[in-house]
Amino acid sequence: MPMQAQAGQPAPVPPPPPGDNSIIRLERIEKTYFLGGENIVRALAGVDLSIEEGSFVAIMGPSGSGKSTMLNILGCLDRPTAGRYWLGGEDVSRMSDDELSEARGRRIGFIFQSYNLIAQLTVIENIQVPLFYRGVDLKATYDRCVELARLVGLGDRLHHRPTQLSGGQQQRVAVARSLVNDPLMILADEPTGNLDSRTGAEVLDLISRLNEAGKTIILVTHDDKVAARAHRVVRMKDGLVDQDIDQLPPAARSGGNGRGASC
Amino acid sequence: MLKRLIVPYQFVITVRLGIKSLLLHKLRSSLTMLGIIFGVCSVIAMLAIGEGASYEAQEAIKKLGSNNILIRSLKPPEQARQQGMGGPRGMQLKYGLTYADSGRLMTTIPGVVRLLPMRIIRENVRFAQNEVPCQVIGTLPFYPEVGGAEVVRGRFLAPMDEQHQENVCVITTGLARRLFPIQDPLEHSVRIDTFYYRVIGIIQERSQPEQRTQAGKMEGQPLDNNVYIPLSTSRTRFGEILIRRSAGSFEAEEVQLHQITVQMRDTAAVETADPQIKTLLGRFHDQNDYEIIVPLQLLRQAEQTKRIFSIVLGSIAAISLLVGGIGIMNIMLATVTERTREIGIRRALGAKRSDITLQFLVETVVLSVGGGLIGVMVGILVPILVSSLTTMKTIVTPWSVLLAFSISGAVGIIFGLYPAKAAAKLDPIEALRHE
Ligand SMILES: Nc1ncnc2c1ncn2[C@@H]1O[C@H](COP(=O)(O)OP(=O)(O)O)[C@@H](O)[C@H]1O
Ligand SMILES: [Mg+2]
Repeated sequence: MPMQAQAGQPAPVPPPPPGDNSIIRLERIEKTYFLGGENIVRALAGVDLSIEEGSFVAIMGPSGSGKSTMLNILGCLDRPTAGRYWLGGEDVSRMSDDELSEARGRRIGFIFQSYNLIAQLTVIENIQVPLFYRGVDLKATYDRCVELARLVGLGDRLHHRPTQLSGGQQQRVAVARSLVNDPLMILADEPTGNLDSRTGAEVLDLISRLNEAGKTIILVTHDDKVAARAHRVVRMKDGLVDQDIDQLPPAARSGGNGRGASC
Repeated sequence: MLKRLIVPYQFVITVRLGIKSLLLHKLRSSLTMLGIIFGVCSVIAMLAIGEGASYEAQEAIKKLGSNNILIRSLKPPEQARQQGMGGPRGMQLKYGLTYADSGRLMTTIPGVVRLLPMRIIRENVRFAQNEVPCQVIGTLPFYPEVGGAEVVRGRFLAPMDEQHQENVCVITTGLARRLFPIQDPLEHSVRIDTFYYRVIGIIQERSQPEQRTQAGKMEGQPLDNNVYIPLSTSRTRFGEILIRRSAGSFEAEEVQLHQITVQMRDTAAVETADPQIKTLLGRFHDQNDYEIIVPLQLLRQAEQTKRIFSIVLGSIAAISLLVGGIGIMNIMLATVTERTREIGIRRALGAKRSDITLQFLVETVVLSVGGGLIGVMVGILVPILVSSLTTMKTIVTPWSVLLAFSISGAVGIIFGLYPAKAAAKLDPIEALRHE
């Protein structure tokens, strides 16, 4: 078990300047794991990053470069050791455990590599879980959940269990679930990593469509083809942002970048 | 957590979720419940058996009357031994309570309402060809009120009978059956020794005088063979010296009264009178030829014994509930480990620590309360079964059911809290990485 230091020092950083369009601002975010004695791992070594509403960001980089650590902090699953994280104008690095839970439930939709559906619940019940923890009346929002299931193409599988679905179908359920609370952004850690290329592309299409509809998407990937769909590619190295490249929306590109015409 | 408890709708969903998760592992859940079922069942059954056992004892004592003090003549141990060793032939024993004792008790002990003296003589009672060994009891007209007997037919002895030393008698229902298998006993005369007594009434005893006398004096007689005659008649007909013949020798005893029932004003008077009677009688009796029985004290002792009995039985049962609780805790800890990933998912989707705590706590409480309900049903059935298969009396009291059930609920909460807290403490990231 790693020892984790909590963010503790007083903040010299002023609140973000108004008029900024970014919903996410990371300011010198550090994450250090104390493994006992002199053994220290600096998973994040002072990351500065801001992400605007409606953008589609791919995070890439070699294994161990800190992608997952950063995504966990972005997803309010973890607190940075140092630095500040502003999410929609609120300082996440100062939040209590309960506030973090609430932030996750209301502002963030997760899509995981291994789907992470709850095995004993049906498709529709899985989609309802974030609503339940928000304290929403499940009967009143039932129709909306069915709507979401249809949106991801599972309108006829509402009462199936995850084990009765294919990997692609399970990931679609996860996509629907990530949307149910209408979050500020959707975080996806290698969402197509467990899928074959065809179903992976289908799920990716779905995610792209969400972005076209205005959702902010941040996804971690190893796959250049996946990254090519994003508007912006952030490359990490040794716990820092190494490269930060804006790229044209795929629609505006004309088969360049050595990419297939699968889109 | 509180918020979710207050919103019943969400609480219902949490309970339904808990039941669903438990149904996922039916065998495991039912085995876990079994511990609680046995625990609750044994609490109820054991307390019911204990309650039943003490009830009968208490009823027997209550029949003696809690306002009464019983004083009985006893053959002093030394004299009994001499007799037994073949002492001088024709020796005459003199012991026991006297008419003088009766008078002294009445005048010196405060709070005495009245005294009921009794002479108890063993004789055969005859009618036609029938002969039944009986206790011929000389007593006063108010015996039924003090001794707790009910006149079934005719009447009991009247003051006039006492005054005129009438040759009348009242017999018990059992004796009536044995002596008069076909005839109506009323107005017939029975023969005792050489005299005839007219039957004027039949009574039903609530407590048997034989049961009250020492076990050694039972002499294998049927319990319900009593003949009541006026005390004055008993004195004149039988005399003060009672002669008992047995194979070639005879014993003569002089016993004036065999028993005095002292009826006190109330239970408080009983308490104060008890030591006073002891000192008073002690002053006039230089041998140990009487015993004092205070039903109130016996009742207290019986209650005390019952309390200890209940505590011991209850503790044994509580230990089995404890074991059941440990079983639940064990399973829940395993469940938490098994469902670590689910916990991670729920946390990522907005569940607070308290939500996770509640979820697992509800599961354990569903297990233990479910087990408790089944345990209550079995626990009520077992005493009924015991009563119907044996002569043992059992009483299921509502409070024992309530106690067992609430203990089972408490066991669920106490033993569920640790696993639930452990689940809530899990780091979401670690939990998501689990497997
Ligand atoms: N819980 C942890 N305890 C100790 N070290 C960790 C922990 N999580 C991550 N690390 C370390 O932090 C670094 C970054 O990890 P991670 O963010 O998972 O990389 P990536 O996702 O880019 O492969 C790695 O060197 C990893 O070993
Ligand atoms: Mg990773």
